[in-house]
Amino acid sequence: MNTARFSAFGRQAGTIVVTLVGLLILTFCIGRLMPVDPVRAIVGEEADRATYEMVAERIGANLPLYQQFFRYVGDLLQGDFGVSIRTGQPVINDILHVMPATIELATFAIIVGAGLGIPLGILAAVRRNRPVDHVIRFLTLIGHSMPIFWTGMIGLIVFYAALDLVGGGGRLSDYYIGLVPETTGLLLIDSLLAGDWEVFWDAVNHLLLPASILGYSSMAYITRMTRSFMLDQLNQEYVTTARVKGLSKSRTVWHHAFANIRVQLVTIVALAYGSLLEGAVLIETVFSWPGFGQYITNNMLVGDMNAVMTCVLLVGVIFIGLNLLSDALYKIFDPRTR
Amino acid sequence: MTMNSIDIGTAAMTTPSRTTYTARSRLLRVVKDLLANPSSGFGFVVITILLVTALVAPWIAPYEPNMIDLGEALQPPSAGHLFGTDELGRDVLSRIIHGSRISLAIITIVSVIVGPLGLLVGTTAGYFGGWYDTVMMRITDIFLSFPSLILSLAFVAALGASLENAIIAIGLTAWPPIARLARAETLTFRNADYISASRMQGASRLRIIIKSIMPMCLPSVLVRVTLSMATVILTAAGLGFLGLGAQPPLPEWGAMIATGRRYMLDNWWLVAFPGGAILLVSLAFNLLGDGLRDALDPKQGH
Amino acid sequence: MEPHMDNRVPLLRIEGLRVSYRNGRTFTPVVKGVSFDLGRERLGIVGESGSGKSTIGRALLKLLPTARIDAARMDFEGTDLLAATERQMLAIRGRRISMILQDPKFSLNPVHRVGDQIAEAYRVHNKASARMAREKTLAMLEAVKIRDPERVYGLYPHEVSGGMGQRIMIAMMLIPEPQIIIADEPTSALDVTVRMQVLNILNELVTNKGIGLIMISHDLNLVRNFCDRVLVMRHGEVVEERAARDMQNCVHPYTRGLLAAQPHIGGSRRPLPVLNREPMLHDLTGTQP
Repeated sequence: MNTARFSAFGRQAGTIVVTLVGLLILTFCIGRLMPVDPVRAIVGEEADRATYEMVAERIGANLPLYQQFFRYVGDLLQGDFGVSIRTGQPVINDILHVMPATIELATFAIIVGAGLGIPLGILAAVRRNRPVDHVIRFLTLIGHSMPIFWTGMIGLIVFYAALDLVGGGGRLSDYYIGLVPETTGLLLIDSLLAGDWEVFWDAVNHLLLPASILGYSSMAYITRMTRSFMLDQLNQEYVTTARVKGLSKSRTVWHHAFANIRVQLVTIVALAYGSLLEGAVLIETVFSWPGFGQYITNNMLVGDMNAVMTCVLLVGVIFIGLNLLSDALYKIFDPRTR
Repeated sequence: MTMNSIDIGTAAMTTPSRTTYTARSRLLRVVKDLLANPSSGFGFVVITILLVTALVAPWIAPYEPNMIDLGEALQPPSAGHLFGTDELGRDVLSRIIHGSRISLAIITIVSVIVGPLGLLVGTTAGYFGGWYDTVMMRITDIFLSFPSLILSLAFVAALGASLENAIIAIGLTAWPPIARLARAETLTFRNADYISASRMQGASRLRIIIKSIMPMCLPSVLVRVTLSMATVILTAAGLGFLGLGAQPPLPEWGAMIATGRRYMLDNWWLVAFPGGAILLVSLAFNLLGDGLRDALDPKQGH
Repeated sequence: MEPHMDNRVPLLRIEGLRVSYRNGRTFTPVVKGVSFDLGRERLGIVGESGSGKSTIGRALLKLLPTARIDAARMDFEGTDLLAATERQMLAIRGRRISMILQDPKFSLNPVHRVGDQIAEAYRVHNKASARMAREKTLAMLEAVKIRDPERVYGLYPHEVSGGMGQRIMIAMMLIPEPQIIIADEPTSALDVTVRMQVLNILNELVTNKGIGLIMISHDLNLVRNFCDRVLVMRHGEVVEERAARDMQNCVHPYTRGLLAAQPHIGGSRRPLPVLNREPMLHDLTGTQP
């Protein structure tokens, strides 16, 4: 590794550390701002003063704020994220338990979103200002503007209550719950591993509607970005070169222009995947989906401090991680930065 | 004497003073452009309707928004109740009309917080540079590393669930992108000749930022604020829906959907109409923002 | 193509070519009725920027999707280019009429290896295995005087210099052996030191293979020294057509002005004559404050 590259690496590492520290300060502040007395939450309403003091001493609630902060960071570094007051379990165990449901939902959604969004974006760019472009623009604008929890409910009213095409809330119908052993936590995979097709189809049936709605909202973003990337490329001179060579429009678009936006697309799909967490918070509430989004909401509603802080921290870390990942992808796949 | 010479200098050299000179005719032209395009015209009209509705809500709403009439509970849409009634017999249309006041309040307060704050942070960071810039941009980075709804959720959880806190939380999460934009714009103007000219004439840094840089950033900030209003509407509705924003019996659209949810499978109108209102307003801001971008800055038209 | 073939039999006959762009409800013409013939010769088109010279090149290949093109006649060896379908054009572009673009920094695809880009031009028009196309490409790279073709084949466009990039471009456009090459400002983006080198390579290949060349440039001197015949364009019209060696006898005041503006050693030091630009000013009065 040469020096220039090394110093760039050092600078980036510095930036990450600073951002992480900022993130910790932010979550710490949110935790301290919460109108919940952490000691009271542990000892309960009836505890006497002596017990209260003792617990306060033990968890450090009587220390000055900056010392509390260092204690918080120290605990995190040892992998101690605290215990959820609501469930009585270590927060990290809770999160590991709910995460697969969200991953399953988000992965399905991103497949829908990217699978439709990228071709539609390219089509819109190629047929710029034609009717197809306007229709696609309208569809993406609706996806961009709709309140996702509302779309979820309308979906339930139409496809579940009226047409009975899909399953209702939850990941499975009641009578299938607990039938397959939990190996990965991803129901589709677990049921396939157990060879239980009935459970598999029931899970698909429950996943279809929430994931499609979530996917539609990320499709809006992906289509928009794909279209603008593609328009940039179609105005490039090398596209004219390809046409001059006698290449057909479709080969020019796919082999030449598309090759130039692949890396950008991976980046925005990664970011869209992260943004699905936001939609998941709402969609999981609508569909009673026992995932990370619902976990955050429930903890916020009851003011479970440790859990809220850890969830917020986790979301921040996921986003920073995705940003780093997309930077890294640029470096790996673009010949100009190799 | 020096003041005088500065004024002459800037008047002769700067584009901003020329823009203010013809500000009114430009504004007229922008409105005309917006109305000429069907999609931004639609956005403009919807937002105007929202404004007017909010202003005259008590006079046009057919019923009192909180008038409980259990005998009329859960009536489907009819001539008497165009959008039906909810579980307490309240008229859904009247509640939506009154809810427009809440939406308007949210939009107004958030843009009043977010626009100036973002503009101030962005222009100063861009103009001063150095460690101040670094610190400010790190802070915006941290805020930007969250989806806005989740960060607002966390703030509301910390501050307590109420409409006021929801507005504050949204305001806190919505300024960083605007600051980023204002900074980027400032960087392109910072070394322009007319800035150097006013600097050489002894204009203070504050004066340069306020008089010369901010007006140049204004159009793109305006576009950005308009577009982010679409997100603000959605986030506010999401918070209301989760029970962390406006609390019942306030006729906030998101909160109305949350209460309607229990009855929705048999009473679709409880959910469909408030959600339709959210969609319409959010769509209108998106369309208007796109139109504004085209009208204010033809070169980056989509 | 045998060199003894009659050079004056035209490959291309253009009469009254008009190109216009839609501007609201009206059409704004950028090329206003241009006529010329092209045989196996080197034809230069000069003009200032905005005179419509580059538009002509692209109109011949029908690569102006938003423009309206019409003409009394656009005949290419019996094919009516104006009436040709997109399918017919695909067989003409690259294979029979090709074009060298201005700046290799932008005209080569940044994410594909240059060798693959050349081989692609060959394989679109010829049934050939990947290996055969590769060999053909290496030979072509050698023909444009690239010393280490094997190495250059695997390079990406950002790894080659401007001069080499333009030689790669020439290789790519000549590999399907077209009958006409349009060179649109082929050397204006290059360093002065490599311009002659690139021009000589182009000249050599064009002359040996009996290819008709249209050289589009703003540089009157270059066109005059390099071409057999010159068209001078202004505001979308041809104002002068003349053999290159006969340029000093030109009659149009605009061309005379251009010629007089050429610096030469030992020339007079009086102020340069001002080009007659009245029509242009007149055109602009509507939009200028």
